[in-house]
Amino acid sequence: MNWLFGLFEPGHALGLLAMSPPGWGGALLTGLSHTLEIAIGSYILGTAIGVLGAFGKLYGGPIIKDLLAIYTTAIRAIPELIEILLLYYLVPDIVNRFLLSMGRPRIDLPPILVGTLVLGFVLGAYMTEVLRGAILAVPHGQVEAARAYGMTPLQIARRVTLPQMLAYALPGMANLWLNLTKDTALLAVIGFNELTETALQAGGTTKAFMLFFTAAGILYLIISALSGRLFALAERRARRGQPNIRGGGI
Amino acid sequence: MRALIKPMLLPRRLFLLAVGIAIVAWAILTLDWSWLPTYVANGLLLEGLWTTTYMLVLSWAMGLFLAIWLGLAQAAGPWYVALPAKGFCSMIRGTPLLLQLWFLYYGLGSLFPQFPWIRESWAWAYLREAWPYGLLALTMSFAGYEGEVMRGALLGVPKGQLEAARAYGMPRLTILRRIWLPQAIRRVLPTLGGETVLQLKSTPLIATITVLDLYQVSLQIRQDTFIIYEPLLLLAVLYMFYTGLIVLAFRFIERQVPAKLG
Repeated sequence: MNWLFGLFEPGHALGLLAMSPPGWGGALLTGLSHTLEIAIGSYILGTAIGVLGAFGKLYGGPIIKDLLAIYTTAIRAIPELIEILLLYYLVPDIVNRFLLSMGRPRIDLPPILVGTLVLGFVLGAYMTEVLRGAILAVPHGQVEAARAYGMTPLQIARRVTLPQMLAYALPGMANLWLNLTKDTALLAVIGFNELTETALQAGGTTKAFMLFFTAAGILYLIISALSGRLFALAERRARRGQPNIRGGGI
Repeated sequence: MRALIKPMLLPRRLFLLAVGIAIVAWAILTLDWSWLPTYVANGLLLEGLWTTTYMLVLSWAMGLFLAIWLGLAQAAGPWYVALPAKGFCSMIRGTPLLLQLWFLYYGLGSLFPQFPWIRESWAWAYLREAWPYGLLALTMSFAGYEGEVMRGALLGVPKGQLEAARAYGMPRLTILRRIWLPQAIRRVLPTLGGETVLQLKSTPLIATITVLDLYQVSLQIRQDTFIIYEPLLLLAVLYMFYTGLIVLAFRFIERQVPAKLG
């Protein structure tokens, strides 16, 4: 193993990737952690919006349905890059105007917070559609049975609809997660130092663009491979009560 | 047409419509649009629109062509063809397009000038520019995503049809042209519309390598005039209009093709 680590020493083949400066390995890993932080934060936010949005679209009043239709259509029709840029200026602007009107001083929102909010808001539109489809796939008799037992709508959601729809939603949710980890790269455009931006900076400093973009690409591939496995496990667990169709009696 | 208008006449929809019109009117009247005539007159906006369009159309066509072969390689090829094709698709789908784009432009692009024979060849005129790298990245990305879709579609064509064609003595390319590909394409049509919209939404990324597309034009307007929101809003409207056009076009194409699959 020693020869392997030796490659990463300064002055050797991959010395530019050494963990401490002048190597850029540590900086890349910091970028990776920023990418993951933003991705996880906005995934949680987007899923929360998606659950509310899906229930709103299915069971909400007519006005809520129309508003949600506008939200999901508009968000999905405009390029993410433009949405991110637009909201990146808009969100701090609105917050500061609100603060000024309350007589408080302006604040500088940290970019990581704004990035998370923006990506979460965008993801929410896609998540709404995925979860709406999954909720519709839950056999209606089950919801009726729950209602016949006298469960409140919240209880039905918690006990019947949400656990059951998870099996149908997880493939779509996995896709959205993979897209999200890649969409975090768009924050590079507004100068946020996540993985892609760090790789660009490292390449710009050392002129070894190929090396750093390849290294960053491998890190992205590792994320997607690992999370693919995790989602497969989660889906198997969510499906544990369902009959196995493959090799079934159909 | 009546089916389109009638649901809009409900009271709450009329109210929403009124609110929408009010917002648009407010945007037109109070926001600063004084820059717009200048940039229409000097042709910059039109040039950006044109660049975005040809980038989309070219990368779509070349990407789809590549995707057919990638799908075929994975669906029917021997392992030494299938494995690289699968690897290519996973690599494209597993990394951000921005990273691929920068890899090609900064990485590959910085290698070429080291070789004198490249600089003296005819290709240098193109390799110096940014747009070939943008086009290449967009094409590869579309091929990677569509290749996976094509694989599923090709495998979805009933085997009996291919066997029947072989029994008629058709050569393999004829089977592909007459039986296999047309049915596979019909199967991907519903997803193809969505993927095309996604591809449109990826095109502004090429602005990061200095290609003068629609998005880059709006950035330039922002730099010149210090106006932040208005150019971005115009951009959002233009892209939404474009998306609508693509959706309508695919709805039209889908209606031309018989839906029954055997």
